[in-house]
Amino acid sequence: MLLLAPTALALGALTVYPGAWVLWLSLQHRIPIFGVARFAGLDNFTFLSVDARFWSAAHTTAVFTVASVALEVVLGVGAALAIHTQRRGRAVALSFLLLAWAMPAVVAAKLFEWLYHPVAGLINVALGRHALNWLGDPALALAAVTLADVWRTMPFVAILCYARLLAIPADLYEAAQVDGAGRLATLTRITLPLLGRILLLAVLFRTLDALRAFDIMFVLTGGGPANTTETLTVYAYRALFQTLQLGFGSALSVVVFALVMVVAWAYLRLLRAGSVAA
Amino acid sequence: MRPATRTLADVVVIAALAAYAIPFFWQLLTSFKPEAELLRIPPLLPSRLTFSHYRVVLEQSLMPRALLNSLGIATLTTTVALVIGLPGAYAVARRPVPGKRWLLLAIVASTAFPQIATVSPLYLLMRGLDLRDTWTGLVLVHASFALPLTVWLLAGFIREIPIEAEEAASVDGAGLVKTFRWVVVPLLAPGLASTALLTFLFSWNEFLFAYTFTVSEASRTIPVALALFPGVFEVPWGDIAAASMLASLPPVLIVVALQRFLVRGLVAGAVKE
Repeated sequence: MLLLAPTALALGALTVYPGAWVLWLSLQHRIPIFGVARFAGLDNFTFLSVDARFWSAAHTTAVFTVASVALEVVLGVGAALAIHTQRRGRAVALSFLLLAWAMPAVVAAKLFEWLYHPVAGLINVALGRHALNWLGDPALALAAVTLADVWRTMPFVAILCYARLLAIPADLYEAAQVDGAGRLATLTRITLPLLGRILLLAVLFRTLDALRAFDIMFVLTGGGPANTTETLTVYAYRALFQTLQLGFGSALSVVVFALVMVVAWAYLRLLRAGSVAA
Repeated sequence: MRPATRTLADVVVIAALAAYAIPFFWQLLTSFKPEAELLRIPPLLPSRLTFSHYRVVLEQSLMPRALLNSLGIATLTTTVALVIGLPGAYAVARRPVPGKRWLLLAIVASTAFPQIATVSPLYLLMRGLDLRDTWTGLVLVHASFALPLTVWLLAGFIREIPIEAEEAASVDGAGLVKTFRWVVVPLLAPGLASTALLTFLFSWNEFLFAYTFTVSEASRTIPVALALFPGVFEVPWGDIAAASMLASLPPVLIVVALQRFLVRGLVAGAVKE
C-alpha cells in the first residue's frame, strides 16, 4: 500500500483534482480580465448546444478523426506486411518509420508547412507546379492537416501490426501452403483475421489521440482558414487562452473529455465482446 | 522466390519506406541550403552546402536555451516518473492490493485523459503556486501525466520476471528494499530502458502544457520555441529547418541507436493485459 502512495498522490494532485476542478470551472462564468467569476449552472453547456462554431468544430473533429485513423490503418497494415516480407534490412526499414513517429508534432508541422509552401513546396512541385495554397485554402486545409498527422502517427499502427505478425507461428503458413492456399487466400483467411485484435487496439489508441489532437493544427493553421481546421480541442484552447473565457473554455474541455471517455468505453466493450467470441 | 527476386523485393520495400521519410530528409537538406536557393526549385539539390542557418540558430536565437531547457526537463521528468512509478508498478504487479481492479481501470482511464481537459485548472494551479515559467512546474505536470503509462509498462515488465528469483532472495533473508535493488532492478533493466525512452520522448515532444505554462525563455522547451520561431519580414525557412533538425536530434538518436528498446516499449504499452 505504501508503495502505491507516491503514484496515488501524484495522480490525485495533478490529474484527478484538476479533473474535478475543470468540471467546477465549466459551471461558471469566469473571465478574469473583466473580473467576472460567478456560478452559471449549465449555462455554458446550453450555449454550446446552439453554438454554430461548436457544431462546426465537432464536425471537423469527426472528419479529422475518421479520415486520419482510416488512412493510418490502411497504410499501417500495408507497411507492416511489406516489412514482414523482408529477408534483410528490416531494422533499416523500421528506422524510417520510427523516424516519423518519434518527431515532435511541432516539428512535423514545420516539415509539412515547408512541403506545402505554395511556391517552393515539394508537394506542389511534384504535382506539376500547381500553385495550390494547401494551408490557406478552406477547401484543402483540413486534408493537408490530416495528411501531416497521418504521416507522423501511421508508424504506430504499423509497428503494432508488425509485432503481431512476428508472433504468428510459421507452421500456420506452411499448413496453408500444403492445403494449396494461394497468397491472397493466406492473406485474407489467416493474416488479416489474426491482426484483428491488435488492430482494434491500435485503432482505439489512435482514435483517442486524434480526438484530442492539438499541436498539429494549432501550429500548421491555428484553426484557420475560416475555422475549417478548428477542432474541439483547438476551439477549447482558443476560448481558454486567447479570449480568456475560463468557464466557457472549460465547458468545451469537458465535452472533449466526455467524448474521449465514451469512445474508450465503447471500444473496451467491443474488445471484451471480441475476446469472448474468439 | 529466387534469391535475386527476393533481394529486389527487399530493396523495393526499403526504398518505399525511405520515400516515406522524405519530409524529414527534405528539411534536413533545406537546413544546409544557401539562403538564395531556398525558394528556387528545381533544381532539387543545392549548388553548395552551408552551415549558416545553424550558425544563426545557435548564435542569434533562443534555441540553445530551449535545447537546454528541454534536455533538463525531459531528463528530470523521466527520473521523477520512474522513481514514483517503480514502487507503484511493483505493488500492482506483485502485491495483493485491495481494489486492484479499480486501480488498474483508473490507470488505463488516465492514459486516455486528454490534456486539454486539465489545462485550465493546472494553469490556475501553476499560477497560484508561482510555478509558471519554472522547470519544476513542467516537470511535475509532465511526470504526473506520463505516470499512468510508466506504471502500466513497468508493471508488465515486472510480471515477466520469474517470481522465483525474488522468493529465493527473501528466503536468503533479503528485505524488500534489498530484493528490489539486487534482484528486481537488474532483471528489469531492459524494461526500465524502454519505459524511460518513452517517457523522455513524451516530455521532449509535449507542446500544450509547455506552451501554456511558459511566458519567457526561462522554461521554454524546444517545441514551443520552434512554434514561436520568429521571422521579422519574411519566414526564415532555412533557419526554421535548422531549428527543426536540432529539435529532432534526440528522437532521431533514440530511433537509430536504441530502436530495440523503443519498439519493445511501444508494443508492450499496447498489448499488456
